[in-house]
Amino acid sequence: MEYKMFLTDEEKAILNGAKGEVMAKVMKSLVMYGEVFNAKKMVKISAPAHFVTSFGISIMKAVFDIMDEINNAGITTIDKFTVDPRPLDYENVKCNPLEKLVFGIMYGKQEDYEEQLRKAGLKDSNAFSCTCYMKEVGNIPKKGDILSWAESSAVVYANSVIGARCNRNSALIEMFGAILGKVPEFDLLTNEGRLATWIIEVRTSKKPEAQVLGSAIGMKVMSEVPYIKGLDKFIGKELNEQAKDYLKDMGAATASNGAVGLYHVENLTPEAVEQKEELIREKAKVYVIDDTELEKVKKSYPVIWKKPDAKPSRCFIGCPHLSYNQLIEWTDRIGKELEKQGRKKVSLETVFTSAPDVVENFKKNKEYYDRLTGYGIKISSICPLMYMNNPICAKRAVVTNSNKLRTYTTARYYTDEEITSIAVRGDISR
Amino acid sequence: MKREFKGRTVVAGSVQASAVVSNNGMNTLATFQKSILARKKTVVGSDQNNADLFKKEITGKALCLPRTIGSTTGGMVLQSAAALGLAPKAMLFSESIDSIGAAGVILADVWTVNRIVTVDCLGQEFLDYVKDGMTITVKEDGTVLVEQ
Repeated sequence: MEYKMFLTDEEKAILNGAKGEVMAKVMKSLVMYGEVFNAKKMVKISAPAHFVTSFGISIMKAVFDIMDEINNAGITTIDKFTVDPRPLDYENVKCNPLEKLVFGIMYGKQEDYEEQLRKAGLKDSNAFSCTCYMKEVGNIPKKGDILSWAESSAVVYANSVIGARCNRNSALIEMFGAILGKVPEFDLLTNEGRLATWIIEVRTSKKPEAQVLGSAIGMKVMSEVPYIKGLDKFIGKELNEQAKDYLKDMGAATASNGAVGLYHVENLTPEAVEQKEELIREKAKVYVIDDTELEKVKKSYPVIWKKPDAKPSRCFIGCPHLSYNQLIEWTDRIGKELEKQGRKKVSLETVFTSAPDVVENFKKNKEYYDRLTGYGIKISSICPLMYMNNPICAKRAVVTNSNKLRTYTTARYYTDEEITSIAVRGDISR
Repeated sequence: MKREFKGRTVVAGSVQASAVVSNNGMNTLATFQKSILARKKTVVGSDQNNADLFKKEITGKALCLPRTIGSTTGGMVLQSAAALGLAPKAMLFSESIDSIGAAGVILADVWTVNRIVTVDCLGQEFLDYVKDGMTITVKEDGTVLVEQ
């Protein structure tokens, strides 16, 4: 193949088959990928990978075939990796027999695929979460680390909140980078690529809903880099756990409603604190977000339930997965609403989703765990999006506070305040 | 009437197909997943947020778009669609191709036998001109002919 980027002798040898046909294809994929973006060279990754593909959907045969090629060649990632959440949890997310039958067909390859992941270098059986950067999960890069990650919400978090460097890699490309230990250097891996081309001016009267703010930003800037001003007024200048949780949820919406891989928040995110407005390119475009704009964005979400006034049958909170602190906050929030409505338990089947290791930690807090489960809420570590991919489940009237889940499924979006009330009351009427 | 546009070849090839046009970024996962999961013989756009592609057939078409957006599973989805024979014949980007779209067409090229001919940097004028149903001819050198 023809290429312009600089390759070391070792990289050239791999491309020419010195380490076998499969490694040559891995290298060829990465070189072609780099060539498209005018990468000048490959650079070493400096932290473990995170993969997006965690689900063994039977029809993804092409992916299983690639995994087989890699496994059969005895190829593994250099470091142990984490991966997105599993699609199923029959114990905590109940299904009727028909849904279960369809899941059995859809995810019939789940066990086989997990075995393929283990052979390739999966960290452990708890390594299934979209929030691998939680301290309980432990796949936490440092500022400046070069990553080979996918999962849009994790990539945007690593880039923006941690200050690591990762492109918005696709599934499989991230695995190839983790196998080779190198990725082509372009875009968000370079100083130039991390400069903002948009200024977002937040001029709301109160703290904006993270998931709607992220949605508005994503829809406007698409794949460009925004520099957000005025948000520190509401979430502070300290990157504490609350601020990180807010940015996690906002970032996931920027990535799924658009294609944002990196944002900067004035006075808050690491590069914005260090470099301030030097991070903004000349002639950056400006987008002002006020209360009216957020309301307009929220009202633009189509309702695709068959019966728009249907009584909801399930509520998902935690896409991306909730942090330990969010589990505590949501327990308190639901508790207060139950008290307000004079009830003991939620009326709607409600599932909180969080990483397996975070759930284990939360269970140790007996007071809160008992309160939460006492309210009738289930805690699971599944991916709600994968659950909703079941066409039978997609017909259910599901509510969520996740803009990502809304984007990819039939689930209907509500703000945190609205969904708390809905979960307790059991219907969507005001 | 015929108009010619010149872009950059990402995955080279000669192909002719009918156009299907998305004026906004295409969310690959949201657009393809419903048809693929339902094992349909053709992909029909299922992204509720993309009125241009919603319920329109994409398999075998020349898909004209500015860029792809959304989940990082997008590349794998395109590669799987190609392996199943469900991909568009060509993807024609008005802007520079994005990383997820690029991964998808590269994965299809390297790991499957079904190539998605891809050209990017065709310009906004291309996207303004091309309409659903027009006949598109793509040449090896990145030339794209659009006929009404």
